[in-house]
Amino acid sequence: MMEETKGPNGKVCRTHNEPMIVIKEVHKSFGENRVLRGVTLEVKCGETMVVIGGSGTGKSVLLKWIIGLLRHDRGEIYVDGQGISHLKEKEWNALLSKFGMVFQRDALFDSITIWENVGFGLRQHTHLTDEEIKAIAIEKLKLVGLENVEDRMPAEISGGMRKRVSLARAIAMEPAIILYDEPTTGLDPIMANVINDLMVRMREKLDVTSIVITHDMESAYHIADHIAMLYRGEIIEAGTPEQIKNSSNEIVRQFIHGEVEGPITKGADFGQEHLTSHRR
Amino acid sequence: MLGLFDFIGVWILRFLEESGRVMILFLKTVHFIFRPPLDTRNLLKQIEYVGVKSIPVVLITGGFTGMVLALQSYTGFKRFNAEAFVGTVVALSMTRELGPVLSGLMVSGRVGSAMAAELGTMQVTEQIDALYTLAINPIKYLVVPRFLATLIVMPILTAFADVLGILGGYLISVLLLGSNPTIYLRRTYDYLDLEDIYFGLLKACIFGMIIATIGCYQGINTRGGAEGVGKATTNAVVISSLLILVANYFVTALLF
Repeated sequence: MMEETKGPNGKVCRTHNEPMIVIKEVHKSFGENRVLRGVTLEVKCGETMVVIGGSGTGKSVLLKWIIGLLRHDRGEIYVDGQGISHLKEKEWNALLSKFGMVFQRDALFDSITIWENVGFGLRQHTHLTDEEIKAIAIEKLKLVGLENVEDRMPAEISGGMRKRVSLARAIAMEPAIILYDEPTTGLDPIMANVINDLMVRMREKLDVTSIVITHDMESAYHIADHIAMLYRGEIIEAGTPEQIKNSSNEIVRQFIHGEVEGPITKGADFGQEHLTSHRR
Repeated sequence: MLGLFDFIGVWILRFLEESGRVMILFLKTVHFIFRPPLDTRNLLKQIEYVGVKSIPVVLITGGFTGMVLALQSYTGFKRFNAEAFVGTVVALSMTRELGPVLSGLMVSGRVGSAMAAELGTMQVTEQIDALYTLAINPIKYLVVPRFLATLIVMPILTAFADVLGILGGYLISVLLLGSNPTIYLRRTYDYLDLEDIYFGLLKACIFGMIIATIGCYQGINTRGGAEGVGKATTNAVVISSLLILVANYFVTALLF
Protein backbone atom coordinates (compact mmCIF):
# COMPACT_ATOMS: atom_id res chain seq x y z
CA MET A 1 0.00 0.00 0.00
CA MET A 2 2.65 2.51 0.99
CA GLU A 3 6.14 2.21 -0.42
CA GLU A 4 8.83 1.78 2.21
CA THR A 5 11.19 4.70 1.98
CA LYS A 6 13.29 4.00 5.03
CA GLY A 7 16.75 2.62 4.43
CA PRO A 8 18.43 -0.28 6.29
CA ASN A 9 19.67 1.97 9.13
CA GLY A 10 16.15 3.25 9.74
CA LYS A 11 16.89 6.62 8.21
CA VAL A 12 14.90 7.86 5.26
CA CYS A 13 17.84 8.99 3.15
CA ARG A 14 20.33 6.39 2.13
CA THR A 15 23.10 8.91 1.61
CA HIS A 16 22.80 12.61 2.14
CA ASN A 17 24.13 13.67 -1.18
CA GLU A 18 21.71 11.83 -3.38
CA PRO A 19 19.23 14.02 -5.18
CA MET A 20 15.76 13.43 -3.80
CA ILE A 21 13.86 15.75 -6.10
CA VAL A 22 15.08 16.78 -9.52
CA ILE A 23 13.14 19.34 -11.52
CA LYS A 24 14.16 19.93 -15.11
CA GLU A 25 13.02 22.72 -17.39
CA VAL A 26 9.46 22.91 -16.17
CA HIS A 27 7.00 25.19 -17.89
CA LYS A 28 3.52 25.98 -16.66
CA SER A 29 1.06 28.46 -18.10
CA PHE A 30 -2.43 29.45 -17.14
CA GLY A 31 -3.92 30.58 -20.43
CA GLU A 32 -1.84 33.53 -21.56
CA ASN A 33 -0.01 33.79 -18.26
CA ARG A 34 3.33 31.97 -18.33
CA VAL A 35 3.99 31.37 -14.67
CA LEU A 36 6.90 28.92 -14.81
CA ARG A 37 9.33 29.36 -17.67
CA GLY A 38 11.86 26.61 -17.48
CA VAL A 39 12.48 25.98 -13.80
CA THR A 40 15.40 23.72 -13.01
CA LEU A 41 16.12 22.74 -9.43
CA GLU A 42 17.70 19.91 -7.49
CA VAL A 43 16.98 19.09 -3.86
CA LYS A 44 19.29 16.67 -2.08
CA CYS A 45 18.06 14.02 0.29
CA GLY A 46 17.67 15.28 3.84
CA GLU A 47 18.23 18.91 3.01
CA THR A 48 15.99 21.93 3.37
CA MET A 49 15.64 23.91 0.15
CA VAL A 50 14.06 27.32 0.49
CA VAL A 51 12.63 28.95 -2.61
CA ILE A 52 12.27 32.69 -2.26
CA GLY A 53 10.63 35.19 -4.53
CA GLY A 54 8.12 38.00 -4.58
CA SER A 55 4.36 37.58 -4.53
CA GLY A 56 2.98 36.25 -7.76
CA THR A 57 6.26 34.90 -9.09
CA GLY A 58 5.02 31.34 -9.22
CA LYS A 59 6.27 29.94 -5.91
CA SER A 60 2.92 28.44 -4.90
CA VAL A 61 2.43 27.13 -8.41
CA LEU A 62 5.78 25.38 -8.22
CA LEU A 63 4.98 23.74 -4.92
CA LYS A 64 1.48 22.66 -5.89
CA TRP A 65 2.83 21.32 -9.11
CA ILE A 66 5.51 19.25 -7.36
CA ILE A 67 2.89 17.47 -5.31
CA GLY A 68 0.71 17.00 -8.35
CA LEU A 69 -2.09 19.41 -7.59
CA LEU A 70 -1.32 20.95 -10.96
CA ARG A 71 -0.06 19.34 -14.12
CA HIS A 72 2.86 20.96 -15.92
CA ASP A 73 2.95 21.75 -19.59
CA ARG A 74 6.55 20.78 -20.26
CA GLY A 75 9.52 19.41 -18.34
CA GLU A 76 10.45 16.48 -16.14
CA ILE A 77 10.40 15.81 -12.46
CA TYR A 78 12.03 12.91 -10.63
CA VAL A 79 11.25 11.99 -7.06
CA ASP A 80 13.67 9.58 -5.40
CA GLY A 81 14.88 8.52 -8.81
CA GLN A 82 11.42 7.89 -10.20
CA GLY A 83 9.98 9.95 -13.08
CA ILE A 84 6.49 11.05 -12.16
CA SER A 85 5.02 12.57 -15.27
CA HIS A 86 3.18 9.52 -16.48
CA LEU A 87 2.05 7.69 -13.39
CA LYS A 88 -1.21 5.78 -13.06
CA GLU A 89 -3.51 6.55 -10.17
CA LYS A 90 -2.35 3.72 -7.90
CA GLU A 91 1.31 4.59 -8.46
CA TRP A 92 0.50 8.24 -7.90
CA ASN A 93 -1.20 7.51 -4.57
CA ALA A 94 1.83 5.48 -3.48
CA LEU A 95 4.01 8.46 -4.39
CA LEU A 96 1.78 10.88 -2.51
CA SER A 97 2.41 8.91 0.67
CA LYS A 98 6.03 10.13 0.47
CA PHE A 99 4.84 13.72 0.73
CA GLY A 100 3.40 15.84 3.47
CA MET A 101 2.27 19.40 2.85
CA VAL A 102 1.74 22.36 5.14
CA PHE A 103 -0.57 24.88 3.52
CA GLN A 104 -0.37 28.65 3.81
CA ARG A 105 -3.73 28.94 5.50
CA ASP A 106 -3.46 25.68 7.40
CA ALA A 107 -6.30 24.04 5.47
CA LEU A 108 -7.44 22.12 8.53
CA PHE A 109 -10.78 20.36 8.18
CA ASP A 110 -13.00 22.55 10.27
CA SER A 111 -15.83 20.15 10.95
CA ILE A 112 -13.70 17.58 12.83
CA THR A 113 -11.55 17.67 15.96
CA ILE A 114 -7.80 18.30 16.10
CA TRP A 115 -6.89 14.64 16.62
CA GLU A 116 -9.19 13.62 13.77
CA ASN A 117 -7.41 16.17 11.59
CA VAL A 118 -3.96 14.88 12.50
CA GLY A 119 -4.99 11.25 12.12
CA PHE A 120 -7.01 11.83 8.97
CA GLY A 121 -4.60 10.09 6.62
CA LEU A 122 -4.23 7.19 9.01
CA ARG A 123 -7.97 6.72 9.22
CA GLN A 124 -8.34 6.59 5.48
CA HIS A 125 -5.33 4.45 4.62
CA THR A 126 -4.81 2.10 7.56
CA HIS A 127 -6.91 -0.31 9.58
CA LEU A 128 -5.92 1.12 12.94
CA THR A 129 -8.66 1.66 15.50
CA ASP A 130 -9.74 5.13 16.55
CA GLU A 131 -7.94 4.71 19.88
CA GLU A 132 -4.68 3.82 18.18
CA ILE A 133 -5.02 6.72 15.76
CA LYS A 134 -5.77 9.16 18.56
CA ALA A 135 -2.66 7.94 20.41
CA ILE A 136 -0.50 8.53 17.34
CA ALA A 137 -2.09 11.95 16.85
CA ILE A 138 -1.33 12.93 20.44
CA GLU A 139 2.28 11.82 19.94
CA LYS A 140 2.66 13.90 16.76
CA LEU A 141 1.04 16.88 18.46
CA LYS A 142 3.60 16.55 21.27
CA LEU A 143 6.36 16.61 18.66
CA VAL A 144 5.15 20.02 17.53
CA GLY A 145 4.80 21.27 21.07
CA LEU A 146 1.04 20.95 21.53
CA GLU A 147 -0.64 19.18 24.41
CA ASN A 148 -4.25 18.79 25.52
CA VAL A 149 -5.70 20.22 22.31
CA GLU A 150 -6.64 16.97 20.62
CA ASP A 151 -10.35 17.18 21.43
CA ARG A 152 -10.77 20.83 20.44
CA MET A 153 -12.04 22.06 17.09
CA PRO A 154 -9.79 24.02 14.70
CA ALA A 155 -11.83 27.20 15.16
CA GLU A 156 -11.13 27.16 18.89
CA ILE A 157 -7.35 27.44 18.69
CA SER A 158 -5.01 30.26 17.69
CA GLY A 159 -3.32 30.74 14.31
CA GLY A 160 0.06 29.61 15.58
CA MET A 161 -1.44 26.48 17.09
CA ARG A 162 -3.34 25.74 13.89
CA LYS A 163 -0.11 26.00 11.91
CA ARG A 164 1.50 23.47 14.25
CA VAL A 165 -1.49 21.13 13.95
CA SER A 166 -1.13 21.44 10.20
CA LEU A 167 2.49 20.33 10.54
CA ALA A 168 1.50 17.45 12.82
CA ARG A 169 -1.00 16.32 10.20
CA ALA A 170 1.67 16.51 7.49
CA ILE A 171 4.07 14.29 9.45
CA ALA A 172 1.47 11.83 10.76
CA MET A 173 2.08 9.44 7.89
CA GLU A 174 5.86 9.80 8.30
CA PRO A 175 6.59 11.23 4.86
CA ALA A 176 10.02 11.46 3.31
CA ILE A 177 9.42 14.94 1.89
CA ILE A 178 7.62 17.87 3.48
CA LEU A 179 6.50 20.87 1.45
CA TYR A 180 5.84 24.15 3.27
CA ASP A 181 3.83 26.94 1.64
CA GLU A 182 4.76 30.20 3.41
CA PRO A 183 4.90 28.62 6.87
CA THR A 184 5.64 31.79 8.83
CA THR A 185 3.35 34.20 6.98
CA GLY A 186 0.83 35.82 9.28
CA LEU A 187 2.51 34.73 12.49
CA ASP A 188 3.96 36.98 15.17
CA PRO A 189 7.80 37.01 15.46
CA ILE A 190 7.88 34.61 18.39
CA MET A 191 5.54 32.11 16.78
CA ALA A 192 7.44 32.43 13.50
CA ASN A 193 10.62 31.37 15.26
CA VAL A 194 8.80 28.51 16.96
CA ILE A 195 7.85 27.27 13.50
CA ASN A 196 11.39 27.83 12.21
CA ASP A 197 12.77 25.75 15.06
CA LEU A 198 10.19 23.06 14.37
CA MET A 199 11.18 22.86 10.73
CA VAL A 200 14.82 22.41 11.71
CA ARG A 201 13.81 19.79 14.28
CA MET A 202 11.81 17.88 11.66
CA ARG A 203 14.89 17.61 9.52
CA GLU A 204 17.04 16.44 12.41
CA LYS A 205 14.61 14.08 14.07
CA LEU A 206 12.74 12.66 11.09
CA ASP A 207 15.46 13.01 8.46
CA VAL A 208 13.03 14.54 6.00
CA THR A 209 13.76 16.47 2.85
CA SER A 210 12.00 19.82 2.91
CA ILE A 211 11.05 22.38 0.32
CA VAL A 212 9.94 25.67 1.79
CA ILE A 213 8.60 28.61 -0.15
CA THR A 214 8.64 31.89 1.66
CA HIS A 215 9.45 35.53 1.41
CA ASP A 216 10.49 35.71 5.07
CA MET A 217 14.26 36.08 4.68
CA GLU A 218 15.04 35.61 8.38
CA SER A 219 13.20 32.32 8.32
CA ALA A 220 15.04 31.36 5.15
CA TYR A 221 18.50 32.00 6.62
CA HIS A 222 17.55 30.15 9.78
CA ILE A 223 16.32 26.94 8.23
CA ALA A 224 17.86 26.59 4.79
CA ASP A 225 20.66 24.37 3.56
CA HIS A 226 20.21 25.94 0.15
CA ILE A 227 18.24 28.92 -1.09
CA ALA A 228 16.97 29.41 -4.64
CA MET A 229 15.36 32.58 -5.92
CA LEU A 230 12.44 32.41 -8.30
CA TYR A 231 11.98 35.50 -10.44
CA ARG A 232 9.60 35.76 -13.37
CA GLY A 233 9.18 32.02 -13.59
CA GLU A 234 12.87 31.09 -13.55
CA ILE A 235 15.42 30.23 -10.90
CA ILE A 236 17.90 33.07 -11.24
CA GLU A 237 20.23 32.04 -8.44
CA ALA A 238 20.74 29.15 -6.07
CA GLY A 239 23.27 28.55 -3.32
CA THR A 240 23.93 28.33 0.38
CA PRO A 241 22.53 31.08 2.62
CA GLU A 242 26.01 32.62 2.74
CA GLN A 243 26.29 32.65 -1.04
CA ILE A 244 22.86 34.24 -1.41
CA LYS A 245 23.64 36.89 1.22
CA ASN A 246 26.74 37.82 -0.75
CA SER A 247 25.16 37.53 -4.17
CA SER A 248 26.23 39.95 -6.86
CA ASN A 249 22.92 39.58 -8.70
CA GLU A 250 21.09 42.92 -8.49
CA ILE A 251 17.66 41.33 -8.44
CA VAL A 252 18.59 38.99 -5.61
CA ARG A 253 20.16 41.83 -3.64
CA GLN A 254 17.10 44.04 -4.03
CA PHE A 255 14.82 41.27 -2.83
CA ILE A 256 16.80 40.05 0.16
CA HIS A 257 17.43 43.58 1.41
CA GLY A 258 13.83 44.61 0.78
CA GLU A 259 14.72 47.71 -1.19
CA VAL A 260 11.74 49.50 -2.65
CA GLU A 261 13.66 50.75 -5.67
CA GLY A 262 15.59 48.48 -7.93
CA PRO A 263 15.37 46.27 -11.00
CA ILE A 264 12.39 44.28 -9.69
CA THR A 265 10.23 47.34 -9.20
CA LYS A 266 11.56 49.44 -12.06
CA GLY A 267 8.70 51.39 -13.57
CA ALA A 268 6.24 50.37 -10.88
CA ASP A 269 4.41 53.21 -9.19
CA PHE A 270 3.69 52.64 -5.53
CA GLY A 271 2.31 56.10 -5.04
CA GLN A 272 5.25 57.52 -3.05
CA GLU A 273 5.29 60.77 -4.98
CA HIS A 274 1.60 61.22 -4.45
CA LEU A 275 2.09 60.68 -0.71
CA THR A 276 4.96 63.15 -0.38
CA SER A 277 3.16 65.91 -2.26
CA HIS A 278 0.15 65.39 0.03
CA ARG A 279 2.27 65.93 3.13
CA ARG A 280 3.36 69.33 1.85
CA MET B 1 -24.21 41.97 -35.93
CA LEU B 2 -21.06 39.91 -35.66
CA GLY B 3 -20.95 40.73 -31.97
CA LEU B 4 -24.26 38.98 -31.48
CA PHE B 5 -23.05 35.78 -33.11
CA ASP B 6 -19.88 36.02 -31.08
CA PHE B 7 -21.88 36.33 -27.89
CA ILE B 8 -24.17 33.42 -28.72
CA GLY B 9 -21.23 31.31 -29.84
CA VAL B 10 -19.26 31.91 -26.66
CA TRP B 11 -22.34 31.18 -24.58
CA ILE B 12 -23.02 27.91 -26.35
CA LEU B 13 -19.40 26.77 -26.06
CA ARG B 14 -19.31 27.63 -22.37
CA PHE B 15 -22.59 25.81 -21.82
CA LEU B 16 -21.30 22.69 -23.55
CA GLU B 17 -18.03 22.81 -21.64
CA GLU B 18 -19.80 23.14 -18.29
CA SER B 19 -22.26 20.37 -19.13
CA GLY B 20 -19.37 18.15 -20.09
CA ARG B 21 -17.61 18.79 -16.80
CA VAL B 22 -20.78 18.13 -14.80
CA MET B 23 -21.24 14.88 -16.68
CA ILE B 24 -17.64 13.89 -15.95
CA LEU B 25 -18.18 14.53 -12.24
CA PHE B 26 -21.36 12.45 -12.37
CA LEU B 27 -19.63 9.54 -14.06
CA LYS B 28 -16.65 9.68 -11.70
CA THR B 29 -19.02 9.71 -8.74
CA VAL B 30 -20.85 6.64 -10.01
CA HIS B 31 -17.49 4.94 -10.58
CA PHE B 32 -16.36 5.62 -7.03
CA ILE B 33 -19.63 4.37 -5.57
CA PHE B 34 -18.72 0.93 -6.77
CA ARG B 35 -15.15 1.09 -5.58
CA PRO B 36 -14.79 -0.24 -2.05
CA PRO B 37 -14.61 0.57 0.76
CA LEU B 38 -17.89 2.33 1.36
CA ASP B 39 -17.61 5.14 3.90
CA THR B 40 -20.68 4.24 5.95
CA ARG B 41 -19.91 6.73 8.69
CA ASN B 42 -20.06 9.68 6.31
CA LEU B 43 -23.00 8.23 4.40
CA LEU B 44 -25.10 7.97 7.55
CA LYS B 45 -24.12 11.49 8.54
CA GLN B 46 -25.29 12.77 5.19
CA ILE B 47 -28.49 10.74 5.27
CA GLU B 48 -29.30 12.35 8.58
CA TYR B 49 -28.58 15.83 7.26
CA VAL B 50 -30.21 15.51 3.85
CA GLY B 51 -33.05 13.24 4.87
CA VAL B 52 -34.04 13.44 8.47
CA LYS B 53 -33.63 17.20 8.70
CA SER B 54 -35.62 17.75 5.50
CA ILE B 55 -38.68 15.91 6.78
CA PRO B 56 -40.47 18.90 8.32
CA VAL B 57 -40.00 20.96 5.15
CA VAL B 58 -41.31 18.18 2.96
CA LEU B 59 -44.28 17.42 5.20
CA ILE B 60 -45.41 21.03 5.16
CA THR B 61 -44.89 21.29 1.40
CA GLY B 62 -46.82 18.08 0.72
CA GLY B 63 -49.61 18.85 3.15
CA PHE B 64 -50.37 22.34 1.93
CA THR B 65 -50.04 21.39 -1.71
CA GLY B 66 -52.59 18.63 -1.27
CA MET B 67 -54.88 21.05 0.51
CA VAL B 68 -54.77 23.73 -2.17
CA LEU B 69 -55.10 21.09 -4.87
CA ALA B 70 -58.30 19.84 -3.27
CA LEU B 71 -59.63 23.37 -2.97
CA GLN B 72 -58.92 24.29 -6.56
CA SER B 73 -60.08 21.08 -8.16
CA TYR B 74 -63.28 21.10 -6.15
CA THR B 75 -64.12 24.56 -7.45
CA GLY B 76 -63.43 23.46 -11.00
CA PHE B 77 -65.14 20.07 -10.87
CA LYS B 78 -68.20 21.41 -9.16
CA ARG B 79 -69.05 23.18 -12.39
CA PHE B 80 -69.81 19.87 -14.03
CA ASN B 81 -70.83 17.87 -10.97
CA ALA B 82 -67.65 15.89 -10.70
CA GLU B 83 -66.71 16.86 -7.15
CA ALA B 84 -66.42 13.20 -6.27
CA PHE B 85 -63.26 12.98 -8.27
CA VAL B 86 -61.28 15.46 -6.21
CA GLY B 87 -59.68 12.57 -4.36
CA THR B 88 -58.49 11.04 -7.59
CA VAL B 89 -57.01 14.28 -8.84
CA VAL B 90 -55.17 14.95 -5.60
CA ALA B 91 -53.75 11.44 -5.45
CA LEU B 92 -52.63 11.31 -9.07
CA SER B 93 -51.21 14.83 -9.06
CA MET B 94 -49.26 14.30 -5.86
CA THR B 95 -47.78 10.90 -6.71
CA ARG B 96 -47.02 11.51 -10.36
CA GLU B 97 -45.98 15.12 -10.31
CA LEU B 98 -46.17 17.43 -7.35
CA GLY B 99 -44.73 15.08 -4.74
CA PRO B 100 -41.44 14.46 -6.54
CA VAL B 101 -41.11 17.90 -8.13
CA LEU B 102 -41.91 20.04 -5.12
CA SER B 103 -39.88 17.83 -2.79
CA GLY B 104 -37.04 18.09 -5.30
CA LEU B 105 -37.24 21.87 -5.38
CA MET B 106 -37.37 22.19 -1.59
CA VAL B 107 -34.48 19.79 -1.09
CA SER B 108 -32.55 21.58 -3.83
CA GLY B 109 -32.95 24.84 -1.99
CA ARG B 110 -32.05 23.39 1.35
CA VAL B 111 -29.48 20.74 0.58
CA GLY B 112 -28.10 21.74 -2.79
CA SER B 113 -27.14 25.15 -1.50
CA ALA B 114 -25.58 23.66 1.64
CA MET B 115 -23.46 21.27 -0.41
CA ALA B 116 -22.26 24.08 -2.65
CA ALA B 117 -21.52 26.33 0.31
CA GLU B 118 -19.70 23.67 2.31
CA LEU B 119 -17.60 22.32 -0.55
CA GLY B 120 -17.05 25.83 -1.89
CA THR B 121 -15.68 27.01 1.43
CA MET B 122 -13.45 23.95 1.59
CA GLN B 123 -12.20 24.72 -1.90
CA VAL B 124 -11.27 28.35 -1.22
CA THR B 125 -9.54 27.46 2.06
CA GLU B 126 -7.47 24.75 0.33
CA GLN B 127 -9.06 21.94 2.33
CA ILE B 128 -9.81 20.04 -0.86
CA ASP B 129 -6.17 20.43 -1.91
CA ALA B 130 -5.21 19.12 1.53
CA LEU B 131 -7.38 16.02 1.00
CA TYR B 132 -5.59 15.40 -2.24
CA THR B 133 -2.16 15.68 -0.62
CA LEU B 134 -3.23 13.07 1.93
CA ALA B 135 -3.90 10.75 -1.03
CA ILE B 136 -7.63 10.93 -0.46
CA ASN B 137 -9.76 11.37 -3.54
CA PRO B 138 -12.08 14.33 -2.86
CA ILE B 139 -14.81 12.84 -5.04
CA LYS B 140 -14.79 9.58 -3.13
CA TYR B 141 -14.65 11.27 0.25
CA LEU B 142 -16.93 14.27 -0.28
CA VAL B 143 -19.19 13.70 -3.26
CA VAL B 144 -20.07 10.00 -3.03
CA PRO B 145 -21.66 10.14 0.45
CA ARG B 146 -23.71 13.20 -0.50
CA PHE B 147 -24.77 11.69 -3.81
CA LEU B 148 -25.79 8.37 -2.32
CA ALA B 149 -27.56 10.00 0.59
CA THR B 150 -29.64 12.24 -1.67
CA LEU B 151 -30.39 9.33 -4.00
CA ILE B 152 -31.63 7.17 -1.11
CA VAL B 153 -33.47 9.89 0.72
CA MET B 154 -35.39 11.65 -2.09
CA PRO B 155 -37.88 8.83 -2.79
CA ILE B 156 -38.52 8.46 0.94
CA LEU B 157 -39.15 12.18 1.34
CA THR B 158 -41.38 12.12 -1.74
CA ALA B 159 -43.38 9.30 -0.23
CA PHE B 160 -43.90 11.43 2.86
CA ALA B 161 -44.98 14.34 0.67
CA ASP B 162 -47.42 12.10 -1.23
CA VAL B 163 -49.02 10.80 1.94
CA LEU B 164 -49.32 14.23 3.48
CA GLY B 165 -50.72 15.59 0.23
CA ILE B 166 -53.45 12.99 0.07
CA LEU B 167 -54.15 13.51 3.74
CA GLY B 168 -54.31 17.27 3.25
CA GLY B 169 -56.67 16.86 0.34
CA TYR B 170 -58.82 14.55 2.43
CA LEU B 171 -59.01 17.00 5.30
CA ILE B 172 -60.02 19.90 3.09
CA SER B 173 -62.54 17.89 1.10
CA VAL B 174 -64.19 16.25 4.05
CA LEU B 175 -63.93 18.88 6.76
CA LEU B 176 -64.17 22.06 4.73
CA LEU B 177 -65.98 21.18 1.57
CA GLY B 178 -68.30 18.54 2.97
CA SER B 179 -67.40 15.62 0.76
CA ASN B 180 -68.23 12.09 1.76
CA PRO B 181 -65.10 10.60 3.34
CA THR B 182 -65.80 7.11 2.09
CA ILE B 183 -66.25 8.26 -1.46
CA TYR B 184 -63.11 10.41 -1.28
CA LEU B 185 -60.98 7.52 -0.09
CA ARG B 186 -62.60 5.10 -2.51
CA ARG B 187 -61.89 7.36 -5.46
CA THR B 188 -58.31 7.78 -4.27
CA TYR B 189 -57.82 4.03 -4.01
CA ASP B 190 -59.64 2.95 -7.17
CA TYR B 191 -57.92 5.19 -9.63
CA LEU B 192 -54.40 5.18 -8.20
CA ASP B 193 -52.12 2.61 -9.81
CA LEU B 194 -48.93 1.37 -8.23
CA GLU B 195 -47.19 2.61 -11.35
CA ASP B 196 -48.18 6.17 -10.54
CA ILE B 197 -46.42 5.85 -7.20
CA TYR B 198 -43.35 3.98 -8.49
CA PHE B 199 -42.67 6.31 -11.36
CA GLY B 200 -43.04 9.25 -9.05
CA LEU B 201 -40.43 7.75 -6.76
CA LEU B 202 -38.18 7.03 -9.71
CA LYS B 203 -38.43 10.67 -10.72
CA ALA B 204 -37.48 11.57 -7.17
CA CYS B 205 -34.32 9.47 -7.45
CA ILE B 206 -33.34 11.24 -10.64
CA PHE B 207 -33.96 14.63 -9.05
CA GLY B 208 -31.84 13.56 -6.08
CA MET B 209 -28.93 12.77 -8.37
CA ILE B 210 -29.31 16.14 -10.06
CA ILE B 211 -29.33 18.02 -6.76
CA ALA B 212 -26.22 16.30 -5.42
CA THR B 213 -24.25 16.47 -8.65
CA ILE B 214 -24.94 20.14 -9.31
CA GLY B 215 -24.47 21.12 -5.66
CA CYS B 216 -21.13 19.35 -5.37
CA TYR B 217 -19.99 20.52 -8.80
CA GLN B 218 -20.63 24.17 -7.97
CA GLY B 219 -18.87 23.75 -4.63
CA ILE B 220 -15.76 22.03 -5.93
CA ASN B 221 -15.38 24.54 -8.76
CA THR B 222 -15.71 27.63 -6.61
CA ARG B 223 -13.10 30.29 -7.25
CA GLY B 224 -12.55 33.60 -5.60
CA GLY B 225 -13.23 33.72 -1.88
CA ALA B 226 -16.49 34.69 -0.20
CA GLU B 227 -18.05 36.12 -3.33
CA GLY B 228 -17.25 32.90 -5.15
CA VAL B 229 -18.93 30.82 -2.47
CA GLY B 230 -22.01 33.03 -2.66
CA LYS B 231 -22.17 32.65 -6.42
CA ALA B 232 -21.68 28.90 -6.18
CA THR B 233 -24.53 28.58 -3.70
CA THR B 234 -26.93 30.61 -5.82
CA ASN B 235 -25.96 28.77 -8.99
CA ALA B 236 -26.40 25.41 -7.31
CA VAL B 237 -29.99 26.17 -6.37
CA VAL B 238 -30.98 27.87 -9.60
CA ILE B 239 -29.36 25.37 -11.93
CA SER B 240 -30.54 22.26 -10.13
CA SER B 241 -34.08 23.67 -9.83
CA LEU B 242 -34.19 24.40 -13.54
CA LEU B 243 -32.72 21.03 -14.38
CA ILE B 244 -35.33 19.34 -12.21
CA LEU B 245 -38.11 21.05 -14.12
CA VAL B 246 -36.57 20.28 -17.50
CA ALA B 247 -35.75 16.68 -16.61
CA ASN B 248 -39.25 16.33 -15.20
CA TYR B 249 -40.73 16.88 -18.63
CA PHE B 250 -38.50 14.38 -20.39
CA VAL B 251 -38.78 11.71 -17.74
CA THR B 252 -42.54 12.07 -17.63
CA ALA B 253 -42.77 11.84 -21.40
CA LEU B 254 -40.67 8.68 -21.32
CA LEU B 255 -42.39 6.95 -18.44
CA PHE B 256 -46.03 7.80 -18.64
